[in-house]
Amino acid sequence: MKAKVYVTIKQNVLDPQGNAVQGALHTLGFNEVGKVRIGKYLELDLDTNDRAQAEEKLKVMCEKLLANTVVEDYRFELEG
Amino acid sequence: MKFAVLVFPGSNCDIDCYKAVEDTVGEQVDYVFHTATDLSAYDAILVPGGFSYGDYLRCGAIAQFAPVMAEVKKAAEEGKFILGICNGFQILTEAGLLPGALIRNNSLKFRCHQVGLTVENAKTGFTNDFAQGEVITIPIAHGEGSYYVDDETLAALKANDQIVFRYAGENPNGSVDNIAGVCNEAGNVVGMMPHPERAVKEILGSADGARMFTSVLNAWRERNGAASIR
Repeated sequence: MKAKVYVTIKQNVLDPQGNAVQGALHTLGFNEVGKVRIGKYLELDLDTNDRAQAEEKLKVMCEKLLANTVVEDYRFELEG
Repeated sequence: MKFAVLVFPGSNCDIDCYKAVEDTVGEQVDYVFHTATDLSAYDAILVPGGFSYGDYLRCGAIAQFAPVMAEVKKAAEEGKFILGICNGFQILTEAGLLPGALIRNNSLKFRCHQVGLTVENAKTGFTNDFAQGEVITIPIAHGEGSYYVDDETLAALKANDQIVFRYAGENPNGSVDNIAGVCNEAGNVVGMMPHPERAVKEILGSADGARMFTSVLNAWRERNGAASIR
């Protein structure tokens, strides 16, 4: 089973990298670009076929390590 | 008094911390590797700066699960003196020993220079040798030192007197409320982005950091009933 994990910066937390990219896109003439937020994308191969168990474990992985929930949110998708 | 300086793969301020203890208070000090499983011999634990485990994923994210960290948590509960400097501060927040998180500087630049710090709490184990409100000079060297807490936690930090240092002049990283260092509720665990171990002699640009080390010796002596060094 494969998991796709998305870690994003909480809306109320400043994202200076996102701001810099927004500025660069404006410089390139993409003036339609509003706010840009940069996050992380992780792909995990899981050695299980039990979806419920995988979801449970992924939640623990995210809470313990993959995201810092003080400043980040997370969500994940399971495939296979 | 016995100091431990933790060493993670990627620590690079461990020697500075060790030498700072030797040069300021001259007490016993040992390097303790990240794999250690017993810190019971130590009265103070210094978590030094650097790039532990390459700072992969997030600064301090992987270091928080090093074997020694279980012992650091135990020591914190026992009321031992723990100081996290720079990457050490990041590790302590990731480990949940201190509130908040440290994120990318708002300038996106690695800032490495002297800063003025206001001592906001001169009652902690690491700041009792300063005057309340005193402005001291200590260098910073970080790219991810912007301290973040939500409004609710900030209010709690203020109410509990947990803000230890604020940037006195320009805020170098965009931290919430100009915060440069905080402590836990009990006051025995302190974390800060600036590097006091790099400011222990005038020839280094400032000797103000030395008093963090004399402070903890004072605190330890007071706790153990010996005469203060002052």
